[in-house]
Amino acid sequence: MASEIAVRLRGASARAGDRTLWHGVDVDVPRGQFVAILGPNGVGKSTLLKVLLGLHPLAAGEALVLGDAPGGANREIGYLPQRRNFDASARVRGVDVVRLGLDGDRWGFSWPWSAGGRQARQRVAHVVDLVGASGYAHRPVGQVSGGEQQRLLIGQALVRQPRMLMLDEPLDSLDLPNQSAIASLIREICVTEGVTVLMVAHDVNPILPYLDQVMYLAGGGAVCGSPSEVITSANLSRLYQAPVEVVRTSDGRLVVIGQPEAPAHHADRHTGQLVQ
Amino acid sequence: MSDFVVLASTLPNPPWSWNLISNVRDMFSFPFMVNAFRAGSIVAVVAGVVGWFMVLRKQTFAGHTVAVAAFPGAAAATLLGISATIGYFTFALAAAIVIAVAARPRGGLFSEESAVIGTVQAFVLALGFMFAYLYKGFLNSVNAPLFGSSFAITNAQVVTLALVGLAVVLVLAAVGRPLLFSSIDTDVAAARGVDVRRLDVVFLLLLGAAAAEASQIVGALLVFALLVMPAATAHRLTARPARSIGLTIVIALLATWGGLTLAYYQSYPLGFCISSFSFGAYLLTYVPVAPRARRPVVAAAHS
Repeated sequence: MASEIAVRLRGASARAGDRTLWHGVDVDVPRGQFVAILGPNGVGKSTLLKVLLGLHPLAAGEALVLGDAPGGANREIGYLPQRRNFDASARVRGVDVVRLGLDGDRWGFSWPWSAGGRQARQRVAHVVDLVGASGYAHRPVGQVSGGEQQRLLIGQALVRQPRMLMLDEPLDSLDLPNQSAIASLIREICVTEGVTVLMVAHDVNPILPYLDQVMYLAGGGAVCGSPSEVITSANLSRLYQAPVEVVRTSDGRLVVIGQPEAPAHHADRHTGQLVQ
Repeated sequence: MSDFVVLASTLPNPPWSWNLISNVRDMFSFPFMVNAFRAGSIVAVVAGVVGWFMVLRKQTFAGHTVAVAAFPGAAAATLLGISATIGYFTFALAAAIVIAVAARPRGGLFSEESAVIGTVQAFVLALGFMFAYLYKGFLNSVNAPLFGSSFAITNAQVVTLALVGLAVVLVLAAVGRPLLFSSIDTDVAAARGVDVRRLDVVFLLLLGAAAAEASQIVGALLVFALLVMPAATAHRLTARPARSIGLTIVIALLATWGGLTLAYYQSYPLGFCISSFSFGAYLLTYVPVAPRARRPVVAAAHS
C-alpha cells in the first residue's frame, strides 16, 4: 500500500539552530489529495516542505516522499516557495518564467527551431492555458498583478507534469477574489491531473471548501485529519494554547474566531519579505 | 603607449567624408585602427553579453568594482614593467574572488553586501593612485586606464582579448540557462538542483574577465558604456531573453564602431565617444514613437 502514500513521516523532528520546531510527527498523505498545512507563524510549516524536498535535514525520525528519501524525487515535485514578487524591472516574460521551470536547470541552450524546442513551447503554452494566464503570459512578468504572477508561478511548478505540488503560502498577499480563484484552480489541477498538493496556508477559510485533509502544526506537534475533525474548538485551543472558537456557518464553512494572529505575526512576515 | 596618445592629439584631424566606405578604407589603412576595431568588437560582444546578465542580476555595483580594480592592476603592471593586460585581468579577477568570498549573498539579492563591495572599491581605487604615484610617470599613466586607452592596441593584446573573450562566451553559453534561472528565481532553481552558490562565483569571475576586457578599451571608470548601457537599453526594448541579448550585442557593437570613428576623425577621447553613442541609444528608448513603444515608458513610470 506504500505506493498509495505520497508523503509519510514517522517520528519526525526538525530543528532550526538549537530550537526544536516540531517532534514526533507522524503523517500519511494519500496520493491525489489536497492537503493544507496550517499553524501559527514560526512553527515550521515552510521547514516541513523543505524537509520533504531534502533542503533541510530531519533531526530525528524518517520521511518518505513519493516512495523515496527526501530530495530523491524532486524532479517529480513542483515547488513554489514562499511568496516572491518579481519587481517591476524584471524584464523577462511570464512564459520565460514558466519555461525555466521546464528546462532551466539544464546546461547549454536549446535551439528554438529544434523539435525539442517546439515541444517545450507547446508544453509551456498548454500549462499557461491551464492556469488561465494566456492573456498576459507574454508581458514582462514584473508588470502583471500579484494574482497573475501567482498563476504563472503555479504554471511554472506544474510545467514538468509533477506528481506532487508543494506550495508555500501561494495565497498570501492576494485579495479575496484572487485567493478563492487560485484555491479553486489548485483543486481543479489536483483532480484533473491527479496531483497531490501540499499547501502551506496561514488562513484556512479561502481553501476550506477545496481541502481533503489538513495538517495542523502547533506546540511542537501535529494533528492530521479532515478539516471538520481537526479544526475544532478543543483541538485548536490546545494547539495554540489560547482560547480559540470554531464556528460552523450555515453554508458549511468553518470560521475560526480568536485565532492568535498577533500584529507581531504580520510585522514578522514583512521583515521576512524585505530581507528576501 | 603614451606615444600614440601624443601622436593622436597633435596630428590634424583627418578629413571626414560622407562616403562611409571610403572612411572605413581610410581608417583601416592604419594598422592601429584595424587593431582598435578588432579589439573593440571583441570587447563589445563579451561585455554586452556578460553585462546583460549583470543588469538582470542587479550586480552593477559588483561589476563597477571589479572594473575599478583593473585600474590598480594596470598601474601595478606599468610600475613593474610588465604587460598592462596581465595587470588588468589579474586584479579584476582577484577582486571578483574577494567579492565572491567576502560577500556571500543570502537570499539572492545583493543588498547587504553592497558595503563590502564599496569597501573593496574604495581601497582598489586608492591602490591605483598609489601605484601611479610610485611610477611618477606621465599623467597619461592614470588617464588611460581610467578613462579609456588610446588606440595603442597591440596584436598580442588583440589575441589575448579574443582568447579570453571566447572562453567567457563559451562558459556563458554553457551555464546561461541555469544562470538565468537562478538569477530571476533563486529558490526554485535551488530546489531544482541548480548550484546557485557556485554559479554566483562563476558569474563574478566572468564579470571580472569582461570588465577587465572593457577597461582596456573604454577605461576602468567608463566600463559601463559597454557593460551596462547596451544591456539596459535592450532590457527596456524587449522582454524576450534571446532577442534582448542579441540587441545588446548589436547596440554595443554599433556604439563601439561609432565611438572609434568619432575618436579617429575628431581626436576626442575614445571612452567619451563610445559612452556617448551608448548613452544616445539608451536615450532613444525614452522617445515615444508608436503605440508599441509605450510599454517601456510605462515601465519607467513604475520603477
